[in-house]
Amino acid sequence: MGPILCFPDPTPAEVLLALTEAGHPYRCVGSLDAADAGEPDDGWAGAIIVAEGDTTDAITLCRALRKRESPISPLLLILDPDRVDDLSLRDDLFDDFLIRPIRMAELTARLNLELDRLGRGVGRQIIESGPLQINLETYQATIDGRVLDLTYMEYELLRFLAGHPAKVFTRETLLSRVWGYEYYGGARTVDVHIRRLRAKLGEEHAHLIETIRSVGYRFATNTHGG
Amino acid sequence: MSSQIDYVLRTVEERGIRFVQLWFTDVLGTPKAFSITPAELETALEEGMTFDGSAVDGFSRVQEADVLALPDPATFQILPLHESERVARIFCNIVNLDGSPFEGCPRQALHRVLEAAHDRGYTFFVAPELEYFYFDDLDPSTPMRPLDAGGYFDLAMGDLPSELRRRSVLALEEMGIPVEHAQHEDAPSQHEIDLRYTDALSMADTVMATRLIIKEVARQAGVSASFMPKPLAGVQGSGMHTHLSLWKDGKNAFIDEAHPSGLSDIARGFIAGLLVHAHEITAVTNQWVNSYKRLVPGHEAPVHVSWARNNRSALVRVPVTKEGKTDSTRLEYRAPDSAANPYLAFAVILAAGLAGIDGGYELPPEADGNLFDLSPVELTARGITPLPGSLNEAVDAMERSSLVATTLGEHLFEWFIRNKRAEWSTYKSEISRFELERYLPRL
Repeated sequence: MGPILCFPDPTPAEVLLALTEAGHPYRCVGSLDAADAGEPDDGWAGAIIVAEGDTTDAITLCRALRKRESPISPLLLILDPDRVDDLSLRDDLFDDFLIRPIRMAELTARLNLELDRLGRGVGRQIIESGPLQINLETYQATIDGRVLDLTYMEYELLRFLAGHPAKVFTRETLLSRVWGYEYYGGARTVDVHIRRLRAKLGEEHAHLIETIRSVGYRFATNTHGG
Repeated sequence: MSSQIDYVLRTVEERGIRFVQLWFTDVLGTPKAFSITPAELETALEEGMTFDGSAVDGFSRVQEADVLALPDPATFQILPLHESERVARIFCNIVNLDGSPFEGCPRQALHRVLEAAHDRGYTFFVAPELEYFYFDDLDPSTPMRPLDAGGYFDLAMGDLPSELRRRSVLALEEMGIPVEHAQHEDAPSQHEIDLRYTDALSMADTVMATRLIIKEVARQAGVSASFMPKPLAGVQGSGMHTHLSLWKDGKNAFIDEAHPSGLSDIARGFIAGLLVHAHEITAVTNQWVNSYKRLVPGHEAPVHVSWARNNRSALVRVPVTKEGKTDSTRLEYRAPDSAANPYLAFAVILAAGLAGIDGGYELPPEADGNLFDLSPVELTARGITPLPGSLNEAVDAMERSSLVATTLGEHLFEWFIRNKRAEWSTYKSEISRFELERYLPRL
């Protein structure tokens, strides 16, 4: 997935921090020209436009981005609470909007929701990372084309890690996100399941799940690392 | 429908699985299974499968024979054994027709103790070392032939038992059962597979699966594997030394770096609990007449109730941890044998340890030196008692134990004692080869 366009340049730190935490690459631009010049080959993955006070520049940019041959989507607009009136009759210029102050969790949630809606977010049907492929519809995971026989929790753990490549998760986070409740085994359960997963991935691919000392685990994106 | 059930159904469909085996365990730890087709699976997962419990050891009751096998979808696993057709297994809990837990189900007996520990913030991890023998065949009427004459850590190239052990380890890893270590043991054709620690319920399931895989891999090669505790006189028997640790708030609760021993109050209480209740739980950890042929001096099996840091004659050993690896602080309980019912064995071990913590039992001094060198008088002077010497003694001790009665529940407790008394009385009425050879010509 390409980077997300952020306006203006510099974009408020909360926005950039939220994107980093959610694992979305981004690029800040200060004008339409900069947006065109900085556009990656496979296009912008979306846009977050922040209006600081007056909304004129932001709305002009929204319109330009939407009137292009391939309109940018999703497009999130962030504005001050007393400027919401500016949005009337302009709802074709954005997919969703947020009111300041910026709350990082809300921004991430809304962005992911839009990406999911477009079939590009975590709701996508196939996760592919290096030799690993997971079909989310059929629950089948393959490594180099070999099907892995996973238990449900092993599958869920692999899906979660591979769905957020290169991001480090603590055992506690994995426990609450993957198991979803205070499981019996506590944080050690995560270690045990990681070990089972590595056993099933086989010696050759066990390193796909990296141990980050005294922090937790992450799914390796550099599969040659060893 | 829960997402776990959905996962199982979808995988069965996607992988073209022809049969699903529903696994459970009788009271003596014998694996039981029935196969169902994918068409029956959804109903089985949601409602369970009814069967006549009176056909299973320890499941019969006076009033009601029928029970339900309720699959635990979290344990769904495709078996790596059948090349021609895909078969999967799911472990079951046994429940009454009204859905309440069945009192005779060993899996739920362990679950109950684990819950009680969990309520106090403890998680119980175990790592057993399974020893077993390979034989040409298991027909008792012909002389037994071990498949090799190797010894401890022998590096044997290209011999069948080592190849079988290797195949077993690979099959286990494919099933997501990590193996810590596998090696040739002391006795001819004796091998050992050490499993990586996990929570006790998963581990009991794993022990059942491991015994089955090892036997099946041997069978496919036209030979046999046996977990009989002492198949050959004069050499080591097959133990299941079990490493134990308790965790609380994500930390190893056995560690106290401030204490000179490095062991916390919890660890010391746990050891004391194991020592105080050792006699009572031995009938469960060593449940066969033959188990007591292993618990004799001279073959690295424990005979006395004692603990020590690095003394392999002790019943409870505290392995020395590597520098900077205090997290691996654990206890090793050395009595159990490979033919125990792992659910019940882990349940009584944990219950004994918890009783020691709760009761504030005092830890006796560590046994230094080889206990086998001490005379009975010296042992008594140190307060060291022997483990039960026979199944009969062990059942006597168990029968007096309120700890074991509470842990197993009335149904399992009474059935177990009845069954073991019957086994002992059958054994007692046998005339052994020992007696014939020794007495017939002389007397």
